Amino acid sequence: MDLFRSTILVCGGTGCTSSGSPKLYERFAQLLAEKGLDKEVKLVKTGCFGLCAAGPVVIVYPEGAFYSGIKVEDVDEIVEEHLVKGRIVTKLLYKGSTHEGTTEIKPLDEIGFYEKQKRVALRNCGVIDPENIDEYIAFDGYKALAKVLTEMTREEVVDCISKSGLRGRGGAGFPTGTKWKFAMGSTGKKYVCCNADEGDPGAFMDRSVLEGDPHAVLEAMAIAGYAIGSDQGYIYVRAEYPIAVKRLEIAISQAREYGLLGKNIFGTDFSFDIDIRLGAGAFVCGEETALMHSIEGGRGEPRVRPPFPAVKGLFGKPTILNNVETYANICQIILKGADWFASMGTERSKGTKVFALGGKIVNSGLVEVPMGTTLREIIYDIGGGCPNGKKFKAVQTGGPSGGCLPASMLDTPIDYDNLIAAGSMMGSGGMIVMDEDNCMVDIARFFLDFTVSESCGKCTPCRIGTRRMLEILNRICEGNGEDGDIERLENLAANISKSALCALGQTAPNPVLSTLKHFRHEYEAHIYEKRCPAGVCHKLLNFEIDPAKCKGCTLCARNCPVGAISGKVREAHVIDAKKCIKCGACMEKCKFGAISKK
Amino acid sequence: MKSIADLEKIRQKTLSAVNLRRESEGTRIVVGMATCGIAAGARPVMNAFIDEIGKRNMLNVVVAQTGCIGMCRYEPIVEVTLPGQEKVTYVHVKPEMVARIVSEHVVNGNPVVEYTIGAAEK
Repeated sequence: MDLFRSTILVCGGTGCTSSGSPKLYERFAQLLAEKGLDKEVKLVKTGCFGLCAAGPVVIVYPEGAFYSGIKVEDVDEIVEEHLVKGRIVTKLLYKGSTHEGTTEIKPLDEIGFYEKQKRVALRNCGVIDPENIDEYIAFDGYKALAKVLTEMTREEVVDCISKSGLRGRGGAGFPTGTKWKFAMGSTGKKYVCCNADEGDPGAFMDRSVLEGDPHAVLEAMAIAGYAIGSDQGYIYVRAEYPIAVKRLEIAISQAREYGLLGKNIFGTDFSFDIDIRLGAGAFVCGEETALMHSIEGGRGEPRVRPPFPAVKGLFGKPTILNNVETYANICQIILKGADWFASMGTERSKGTKVFALGGKIVNSGLVEVPMGTTLREIIYDIGGGCPNGKKFKAVQTGGPSGGCLPASMLDTPIDYDNLIAAGSMMGSGGMIVMDEDNCMVDIARFFLDFTVSESCGKCTPCRIGTRRMLEILNRICEGNGEDGDIERLENLAANISKSALCALGQTAPNPVLSTLKHFRHEYEAHIYEKRCPAGVCHKLLNFEIDPAKCKGCTLCARNCPVGAISGKVREAHVIDAKKCIKCGACMEKCKFGAISKK
Repeated sequence: MKSIADLEKIRQKTLSAVNLRRESEGTRIVVGMATCGIAAGARPVMNAFIDEIGKRNMLNVVVAQTGCIGMCRYEPIVEVTLPGQEKVTYVHVKPEMVARIVSEHVVNGNPVVEYTIGAAEK
């Protein structure tokens, strides 16, 4: 048995990879070898720790020292001080990871960012080496599959999932057990699919699960295969997730080698295998029927439901399709029981949910909290609030299908039903925070612009309707909004929601509707007063030079592309509002802060 | 892999590699590894502990290192803390003493009195 006295975990998630963690890993490996420590110190590349804003992150056990923002130069110091001499490098520790006023290290789950979290789907992310099946097994991996195959009937498995109250984590929140039950009832060839086509801007939950704990998804799919009576699974994953694809491929080949995928698993008559299909980056392929068309090799377009996939899905056969995060919960439910899972969360939304925190927030990253946690707890207690002391304005949940919720709704406990009642939705779990500098009309326009370019074009309401809405929003942002535009938007939105073929179109108006509901005054200011209260929509701004601050350096005049600024050297300059095209170049160049926009 | 026993075998085999990352309330063996400790020969001592614990497959024991605690003349110093018991400090530890400390103290709960700091100070 190889025993190590210390383990170094280097985050290998996408966030830390882009902030330089592969270089840290190499440097650690090199230094450990040079100092002859490689037999006593284990170096592991893990999945995402969640605290992406403080990346790259390195944790050293057994002390549990949480080093953040590590540079290659720091590695030498950590090896020399911590690993050779046993002295923790306090100055490199994540702020808040020690008890106040001391250098004594807090356990990870007492650090502010993790304190309110409950990691179920992410339990192994940042703990195990995702490219090593043995580590997954050491953390009770494939135990749930073994239990299901040897101790439970198919009905008991479906019953357990139903009782747990697990609902689909991809966004719609359909009860997973019910979905499995539908598919279990039919006969013949069936398929188990995994939706890893995570397309919402700002969402990276599924990515992190696949990168940090790919076997959890494979094991859960095999369990689903046993439950519904299928021998073939497909994972549909975006080609834009290269690390996730690579780790899935490694995981599948390791599982096959161990006989955990393939023929007669654990010596039973159950056989199951999984293949990967890469998505080419169309947002609509996250819609279940479009996704299946794409796996079949057809064009990624949705079709009318019913028939639902559980009746007629992939290759015309009964199919269940679940999201990555849904699968990530399955094994824990089997091992710990339906009651354990149902003990977390609210009455109608059980368990935990992973959110990708982004936008104007201090701790951007990945958090997992019990359902029923309030927006305020996530944004302030875990996320650390808006940076630079700016005032919180709204939070966008659910991506392009969701909506913006204002500060007055911060105390809403998050679950599927509360968010829908508030005019947004759970969605896959993207959470984008906005502060006073964000214009809500502009935000609505951003999301609609996204859906317009991602509309597959099959149905008219989505193809043409969303485009008309975008044209109106563009007009409003450019200062050409007309009386009646708000009503036109509302009318279009109502019709598109009712008549579009799939969820992409049906939910596309949500960002507009929710901003109209909570921030109607901003729309009115744009249309009737021709001003943008947040100072974002350039065409509605007036640039002015403060004569008291202007030194007459002429820099602005020289940089103005249209010659709208005039004035003598060492005298205050003025902007000709008629000529000004509001490009903002002068404001950017001014060294004295004399130019302001209103 | 043909059975659950095979799965359990892999799990047991790998537990040791991931053990440090799991929450554990077990025994801690802490070796002083500051400059003084290393100069006095703490590294072979620590490796001897790791080998011995590894051979016995004791998953609830953590071997860790620490800095200088100020008694450099006694290095290498090793502190052994069993759950719920007072810390025992061994001084001038040599690799050949390790097997006895593990078998008598860590396994059977009887500190090797003659190696402790109390005996050295007499």
